[in-house]
Amino acid sequence: MRFDLILRVTAKLLLPFILLFALYVQFHGDFGPGGGFQAGVIAAAMIILYAIIFGLSAAKRVVPQGLVETLVPMGVLIFAGVGIATLFLGGNYLDYSALNHDDPAHGQHLGILLVEIGVFVTVSSTMTVIFYAFVGRGR
Amino acid sequence: MALLTLMAAVTIGVVRLRNLFAVVILGSIYSFLMASVLIVLDAVDVAMTEASVGAGISTVLMLGTLYLTKTEEAAPKHSPVLPLFVAVVTASVLIYGTLDLPRFGEPNTAVHQNVAPRYLSKSIEETTVPNVVTSVLASYRGFDTLGETTVIFTAGIGVLLLLKGRRKKAENKTGDNA
Amino acid sequence: MQLLEQIVAHYNHWITIFLMVSGLYIVIARGNMVKKLVGLSLFQTSVYLLYISPGKILGGTAPILDDKFTVYSNPLPHVLILTAIVVGVATLALGLALVIRINEAFGTIEEDELFGEQEEN
Repeated sequence: MRFDLILRVTAKLLLPFILLFALYVQFHGDFGPGGGFQAGVIAAAMIILYAIIFGLSAAKRVVPQGLVETLVPMGVLIFAGVGIATLFLGGNYLDYSALNHDDPAHGQHLGILLVEIGVFVTVSSTMTVIFYAFVGRGR
Repeated sequence: MALLTLMAAVTIGVVRLRNLFAVVILGSIYSFLMASVLIVLDAVDVAMTEASVGAGISTVLMLGTLYLTKTEEAAPKHSPVLPLFVAVVTASVLIYGTLDLPRFGEPNTAVHQNVAPRYLSKSIEETTVPNVVTSVLASYRGFDTLGETTVIFTAGIGVLLLLKGRRKKAENKTGDNA
Repeated sequence: MQLLEQIVAHYNHWITIFLMVSGLYIVIARGNMVKKLVGLSLFQTSVYLLYISPGKILGGTAPILDDKFTVYSNPLPHVLILTAIVVGVATLALGLALVIRINEAFGTIEEDELFGEQEEN
């Protein structure tokens, strides 16, 4: 592994802002462009950048493979779980209005937020897992 | 229009080049151009996704694959006449079909008559979310999105099955049980 | 004059078709599997254009509601294509993984060499 000072310093400066941007895209997705899919990909891109610059083993110390592999189904479970929750609260499957009976519109908003988190978790962890698999193969 | 022409030019490069590394980089440029076109077409969410996915992740994955395989494509053995013929015939039939399509940018076409006005007028009232793309994605068409998420999940599992298996046995000895 | 009008009205469709058939041509004519996958994603990207461009209204804005605007482009194709892009990269990754496995098993990713090997055996 070569030691590229400029690359490493710039990457270290950029990484927190990329993560911040991902979170901004995630939670501002209701009001501006963005949402779970884009935020997930941006967060995965941050991990990939870290792995490219500092090496795969360093990236796996920060984001362990076991954790990512657990998160892959977890996102789908969050999404489907919101659906089950609305069923138990007396609505149809994925009918978020049931989440808040006094104000169905706010229930919808809450549901959208939860579902977007599920999408974010699945997309980011799947992209990271795929990248780990591709790079880990080369050694 | 200039952007679209530029995209066509990049595509010709992709078709003609045989160095796969150059092809992948051109593909990345193509994705950025596509993202710009999508912004012009008012699809900001899609443009953001295309810029990060098409130009970012898929380029990285392609380069990873090239690293594991090889970067030169062999010279084609078959004559390109038949595929070219198929492509030209398909293109001419499709272009003949477009002459009946509505003009670009008209507000009164069938696309704009059905569910879209309802989404646009009711989104704030029903979900309090101003970004209609988000509310349609997560709420009105939540089932679709659940399906898409499951597809991504399945693809991730598939890649893990294909690329992780044998390597893991070899690495267990060295203590890398990640 | 009429031809010029046709070109302006349908330019986006024609570029879409050009991208589509280039993808098709690559998939049929080239034997290299990575190149085939690039062709497939070209084809796929042309479909994004096919969906998004009818949704545009000239003079409209992006479908993020605000009091200042009244004309918005159609949000429905955006949603469909948004998910299609992410699913597309997931399936692309699956295809590339298959290519890597094929390369490990046979030592080549050229279709002609693969078929030749089969006939020798």
